[in-house]
Amino acid sequence: MESVLKTAFPYLVISVGVLLAFQGVLMIVAYTVLAERKVLGWIQGRIGPNRVGPWGVLQPFADLLKFIFKEDIVPDKSTRFVYFLAPMVALTCALLPIVVYPFGPAITSVDWTFLPYGLGDGVTALPLTIARIDVGVLFVLGITSVGVYGIALAGWSSNNKYSLMGGLRSSAQLISYELAMGASVIGAVMLAGTLDLNGIIYAQIQSPFRWFIIPQFIGFVVFLIAAFAETNRVPFDLPEAETELVAGFHTEYSALKFALFFMAEYVNMFTVSVMCTVLFLGGWYIPGLSHIFEVGSIPYALASHIGFIGKICAFLFLFIWIRGTLPRFRFDQLMNFGWKFLLPVALANVILTIVVVYFLN
Amino acid sequence: MASRRRVGRLEGGTPSIQPPGRQRYAFFMVSTVIFFLFAGLAIACAISMVYHKNPLYSAISLVGVFIALSCIYVTLAAPFIAAVQILIYAGAIMVLVVFVIMLLNLDDDKPLNRLRYLYALGGGLGLLLLVQTFFIFYAVMRAPNQSADQSMSAGKTLTIGQAMYTEYLLPVEIVGVLLLMAVIGAVILARKLSQPQLELVVDKELDLRNEDDGMLN
Repeated sequence: MESVLKTAFPYLVISVGVLLAFQGVLMIVAYTVLAERKVLGWIQGRIGPNRVGPWGVLQPFADLLKFIFKEDIVPDKSTRFVYFLAPMVALTCALLPIVVYPFGPAITSVDWTFLPYGLGDGVTALPLTIARIDVGVLFVLGITSVGVYGIALAGWSSNNKYSLMGGLRSSAQLISYELAMGASVIGAVMLAGTLDLNGIIYAQIQSPFRWFIIPQFIGFVVFLIAAFAETNRVPFDLPEAETELVAGFHTEYSALKFALFFMAEYVNMFTVSVMCTVLFLGGWYIPGLSHIFEVGSIPYALASHIGFIGKICAFLFLFIWIRGTLPRFRFDQLMNFGWKFLLPVALANVILTIVVVYFLN
Repeated sequence: MASRRRVGRLEGGTPSIQPPGRQRYAFFMVSTVIFFLFAGLAIACAISMVYHKNPLYSAISLVGVFIALSCIYVTLAAPFIAAVQILIYAGAIMVLVVFVIMLLNLDDDKPLNRLRYLYALGGGLGLLLLVQTFFIFYAVMRAPNQSADQSMSAGKTLTIGQAMYTEYLLPVEIVGVLLLMAVIGAVILARKLSQPQLELVVDKELDLRNEDDGMLN
């Protein structure tokens, strides 16, 4: 019994971590939707949702219940298997990167030997990351690029012109801006010398600038623009441009399947915010915090974690703010901008960084 | 200055999830289960890829194969290869294939009777592959026993990068030139028209557009 427990314990800890992280991210996503409606309301001189609960705080749950109980309509001539598969692919690919996010610094001050059966023996630190993968950046980029299938297949299987147009537009857009996004990341990765997300944060702490946004400002701007395109947000929301395509690739989706696409979109916003924070804003690192709390203690980890979430929320606010401000691109403008401006700028940034890093070393 | 030293200590103390000794057996057991799970998934997806008549289903199955393979790479302590497998094959190449299938809208009921003579060739190649597999199996059995272990550096990004840009620099450069040639070739093939012809087409297009504008006004 004891040996079984000892064997299973690390997996149990990881499972609990996965549950906590997924739950936390989904809660943030739910409240991002509410915040979006509120902030858009204020920008447009309205109040926003204020009926469910005080100040509308229970609105996300009301929305979820509504999605669950709505009638689920499947088009008659749709390709059923693919039609059901597409929303699952979209949400799965959006949620998977959560396992590599560095939510905070490792807690090293706690002595785990109080655990029964010697479960805490040899454990020196509790990392606030579920899986420390050597190639965290590539993992996130790869998984999010697989998310294209969700959108493309949804558009194709719905057997609807608007859906197909939306799906094709979205695929083309995602493929085009993925390149610029990947190229803009390279600068920060080169300065850090690692693809590990935690390693990039430590490299930023040890660099003289503290945050890579200063030496990599071009990369940051390119990444941010590509992030808007990758998440299909205004001003790049052509795949679901309601004035032209009804609702784009998810025109034929209703009830919970639509909710899955909706959640995937907001989780993707969260993902690009995390990447932006980790690569350019020092992740969970807050300058000067180590003078207040001891590094490795629980308050330090907690404060860093709150700082991390705060930076992400700032990015999420930026997404909402831009949505309330800018009009939409035309499709040819989108392609020209992506291929003829954004990608060359990102590549120039890579070459510039190579030269600078070479002469500094 | 003090904070920097503290950070250094923290960085050195990165936790190892996998303690040595008795728990290594558990890790081995779990990784075997995971291997059979993903190997089965890969084979199932491969069979489904060959047997489906609808090209889109075949393409989706192939994506499944790639993802299952990359999961196996992760269990073999080669995360870089796994990430690249997903990023390039599943994320880029197959997206283009799916794109083309969606645009072409192929008929899915084509008789296959003309391909009958290929069955013998396919059988022969399959036999060759089987022999090759057994040869690899034999070679691995004879090699000194070395289990894939998380501490092994062979699949790490740093090792691959160093090997690629020092020992294997020439092949990498040659592959780069080859890919550039492919890109240029694709551009030339896509632009079949000569320059004067192209200008003619553009002029016609512009005329049409002006006519449209005139009608709108």
